[in-house]
Amino acid sequence: MVGQRFLQSLFQRKLTENFEVITFCEESRPAYDRVHLSEYFNGKSAEDLSLVEENFFESAGIKTHIGDKVVAIDRETKVVLSLSGERVQYDKLVMATGSYPFVPPMPGHEREGCFVYRTIEDLQALTQAAEHARIGAVVGGGLLGLEAANALKQLGLKTHIVEFSPRLMAMQIDELGGSLLQQKIEELGVTVHTSKNTSEIVDGDVCQHKMVFADGDCLETDIVLFSAGIRPQDQLARDCGLEIGQRGGIVINNQCLTSDNSIYAIGECALWNNQIFGLVAPGYQMAEVVAASLEGDSAEFEGADMSTKLKLMGVDVASIGDAHGKTEGAKSYSIIDEPNGVYKKLVVSEDGSQLLGSVLIGDASDYGTLLQYKLNAIALPEYPDDLILPQRSGASFALGIDALPDSAQICSCNNVSKAQLLAAVDDGANTLADLKSCTTAGTSCGGCSALVGQILNSELEKRGVTVSNDICEHFPFTRQDLYMLVRSEKILSFDELVSRHGSGRGCEICKPAVASILASCWNEHVLKKAHAPLQDTNDRFLANMQKDGTYSIVPRIAGGEITPDKLITLGKVAKRYELYTKITGGQRVDLFGARVDQLPLIWEELIAAGFESGHAYAKSLRTVKSCVGNSWCRFGMQDSVSMAITLENRYKGLRAPHKIKMAVSGCTRECAEAQSKDVGVIATERGWNLYVCGNGGMKPRHADLFASDLDDAALLKTIDRLLMFYVRTADRLQRTSTWMSNMEGGVEYLQDVIINDRLGLAAELEQEMNDVIDSYQCEWKTTVEDPVRLQSFSHFINSDEKDSNVVFVRERDQIRPAKQEERELVVES
Amino acid sequence: MAVLSKKLDMKVVKNCKEQSDWTSVCQLDQLMENYGQCVQLNQEQVAIFRVSGIEKICAIDNFDPFSGANVLSRGIVGDIKGVPVVASPVYKQHFDLLTGQCLEDETVKLATYPVRVLDGVVQLSTK
Ligand code: SRM
Ligand SMILES: Cc1cc2nc3c(=O)[nH]c(=O)nc-3n(C[C@H](O)[C@H](O)[C@H](O)COP(=O)(O)OP(=O)(O)OC[C@H]3O[C@@H](n4cnc5c(N)ncnc54)[C@H](O)[C@@H]3O)c2cc1C
Ligand code: SF4
Ligand code: FES
Repeated sequence: MVGQRFLQSLFQRKLTENFEVITFCEESRPAYDRVHLSEYFNGKSAEDLSLVEENFFESAGIKTHIGDKVVAIDRETKVVLSLSGERVQYDKLVMATGSYPFVPPMPGHEREGCFVYRTIEDLQALTQAAEHARIGAVVGGGLLGLEAANALKQLGLKTHIVEFSPRLMAMQIDELGGSLLQQKIEELGVTVHTSKNTSEIVDGDVCQHKMVFADGDCLETDIVLFSAGIRPQDQLARDCGLEIGQRGGIVINNQCLTSDNSIYAIGECALWNNQIFGLVAPGYQMAEVVAASLEGDSAEFEGADMSTKLKLMGVDVASIGDAHGKTEGAKSYSIIDEPNGVYKKLVVSEDGSQLLGSVLIGDASDYGTLLQYKLNAIALPEYPDDLILPQRSGASFALGIDALPDSAQICSCNNVSKAQLLAAVDDGANTLADLKSCTTAGTSCGGCSALVGQILNSELEKRGVTVSNDICEHFPFTRQDLYMLVRSEKILSFDELVSRHGSGRGCEICKPAVASILASCWNEHVLKKAHAPLQDTNDRFLANMQKDGTYSIVPRIAGGEITPDKLITLGKVAKRYELYTKITGGQRVDLFGARVDQLPLIWEELIAAGFESGHAYAKSLRTVKSCVGNSWCRFGMQDSVSMAITLENRYKGLRAPHKIKMAVSGCTRECAEAQSKDVGVIATERGWNLYVCGNGGMKPRHADLFASDLDDAALLKTIDRLLMFYVRTADRLQRTSTWMSNMEGGVEYLQDVIINDRLGLAAELEQEMNDVIDSYQCEWKTTVEDPVRLQSFSHFINSDEKDSNVVFVRERDQIRPAKQEERELVVES
Repeated sequence: MAVLSKKLDMKVVKNCKEQSDWTSVCQLDQLMENYGQCVQLNQEQVAIFRVSGIEKICAIDNFDPFSGANVLSRGIVGDIKGVPVVASPVYKQHFDLLTGQCLEDETVKLATYPVRVLDGVVQLSTK
């Protein structure tokens, strides 16, 4: 990772023009994001994790030897030798060889079924082994060990953590914090064994292995995963006689030079001031220092912050700076809130003016603020404990963003300063998603996201870009506000809402938005007299308008399952009305070229054959795509078709801020492409994995794994809550993917609200969804039964004539709208 | 069948043409407020709107010059800074319902048509 950052920095500084750059990489692929390695289990591929932009090496003119390891350095002749026999002469050499997982040399550690957790290959091997395993044990309860345990759990194993010291994360947190953390981890279903020194691993009686502990206890397990710390990869440096630290690591000075001043070392292999930095941010800083000094600048590495926040499902843990209060004279404050499982500790300087460190467990929402106090040496308030005490009076001690100097580093992973964020806002980034993508802030560990959001808002406000979130000139409210007004005041119509809370006649922005809100809340027919004038033309005719003013018709084909008889009906109807017929991308059939006056006639026939509206015209549930699942497929784990049909029938007709798409796959081969949907469901051996907020379309987004191994009831309940929360809190025309990208706290926050019911909303959301489900009607059925509504379905109010502007030509045995030049020919002849 | 009963109503209205250049097109109570309808007037298509707060019935071309389709009667009615408008259902340009002026492009102005209501019957003239 650090090596790649170095190459990028060379390229950005245009140094690749002055130097001939050659790189060797032992792994079989170019650099990838190890920090997010665990997302491999959530469906990220090796490609998704790659840190190398397409054609980077070509355009930078960097010669690469991927999958080829350097085996020797001859410092006399300045030559490196690779395993494949390549010899390369160097002027300057940069070593970024990283580290390797430390495996305690206990007897049995080399048995088959023992793994480490560092490379994509490690994860592939682990996944394969997990298919035949039931129990897994992680050796080591540090940051990485907890992450690895989470992975084993996601792979469906009964998981244990075996820790040598008396508490988890001993490096970062204190004793009280450790026991609270242990409790939280155990609540997740992982068993924790502390003060256990493994003396050997032998054959198990029921499992593949038996771990035997020094105190005589033992634990049977199918998989052993070592996560007992890292060791700098310094073999090459040792062999060529560079200075090595007592406990390993290539010794470097402030310029990152080793004892040979033609050779630099950066990243986890380097030892600076007797410290190894096992995090990526310090490594990135070293990379910049070396690139700068090659450019002729006198940059220096001056140490780095080792604060961390754990990125685990459902457990908030963070540690900042001197968490143990080892600095001389340090004093500490701590609070424990047992009922809520929260522990917070502050370590401050002797005079109480500076923050030295902190530990947060159970609630790490103050992490960003506290980290800024520490990094920028901001003076603490008079009573520092105010920062961690619950604010019952309503006063907030959150750090004013303005108190931060422009030079403040906001994102430590990607070294983005406040000044850089401000510049990006100046250049027009005015959403969180934009700001993140153009500065890269918040795109690694995500710890700084909330802060980045606050800076964005405060800057936009200052610039008078009164980010008016008002929906339009007719309402001084956001869509979310209007939703709450409609719900809480039980407002039933647009007219009522505009007379109470708005002004004017409304427009094409607020009217459909309010129509959608009214429908989400009360689910009345959209063509009811009070609602009909609010609808966009597609909703107004319950069909999709095409370029020539004709409409297309998409009946619901739940889950993509259809009987031959129904297929025949579709064929017959299409033939009778001469409609263009196409299979859609959503596993159903679209009939194009119907005139408004034909719509009711066509629907009468379709309804008689058992079809219902497919809502292709509405901002509501579209399709639930399915694969064939275990009824036919030899790999199927569950009945994906039945589940897709259940979901489609449950949520059909739910009007939302934008359209909603779902899919259900019968196994991880994912033939239904569920991870590209707003709601994706993938069958597992034990139930269903739920993925949320994926998107195809203009800006594809992989869905996030939200919950695992749910049974049918739990799956429906979770989706009920999630969808209703989306309906309540999203912006107008905001798909779930953008809703998620803009959400402060991201998927963890959403899990907290939906699964842990952090806001106490769950029951309400479920009730609201039930109301929608109970009041479902097929909009087309109601319409064809109502003579008044049918009156609107004619092109002219005063004649039965057709629109003469609609002209079709034939192509591949079907109709299509005539192009302009064809139209002129037709009219002339 | 539901659809037929509606078409019978239509015929009645269609036949009550007057001797002048006024053409009766429908009953006033057939027009929902803020919900356009399309009228055939000789060979032309006119979009008519009964707008809340405006006494007269507004009538402009039904042809949307931006999309080339006869669809303006199907747009959403509202106001922009107090000007009563319809928004094209295809690409969302706004047209002033009283003057036919396009708010986004000053070179585009749609024809408007005189309308009167006589004994509850809406009548249009080609001028
Ligand atoms: C008919 C269909 C194309 C086809 O022939 O296959 C289609 C047609 C349209 N799509 Fe689509 N989309 C169709 C599947 C898709 C898919 C594939 C899917 O659903 O699996 C996608 C990508 C998946 C996704 O949405 O994440 C898709 C992404 C879009 C987008 C981009 C959405 C986004 O978030 O980026 C739009 C534009 C929008 O909604 O703002 C769009 C908008 C449209 C509109 C409504 C454009 C318009 O305003 O006229 C098209 C009119 C539909 C109609 O019937 O007249 N369509 N569209 C497909 C109907 C599926 C169905 O059975 O309901
Ligand atoms: C699961 C996991 C989660 C993590 N989470 C976080 C986190 O949340 N936050 C954080 O800051 N850090 C995290 N880390 C640590 C972070 O990944 C490392 O700090 C970072 O990868 C160090 O970068 P590096 O370039 O020094 O080493 P590496 O990324 O390991 O790169 C070294 C490369 O050099 C290659 N190499 C070694 N020897 C040779 C040779 N002789 N010839 C050629 N190539 C060679 C190696 O194969 C490797 O590809 C995590 C690590 C893991 C494994
Ligand atoms: S996703 Fe799995 S179960 Fe479904 S069709 Fe594909 S292989 Fe079969
Ligand atoms: S601090 Fe890690 S992403 Fe910004």
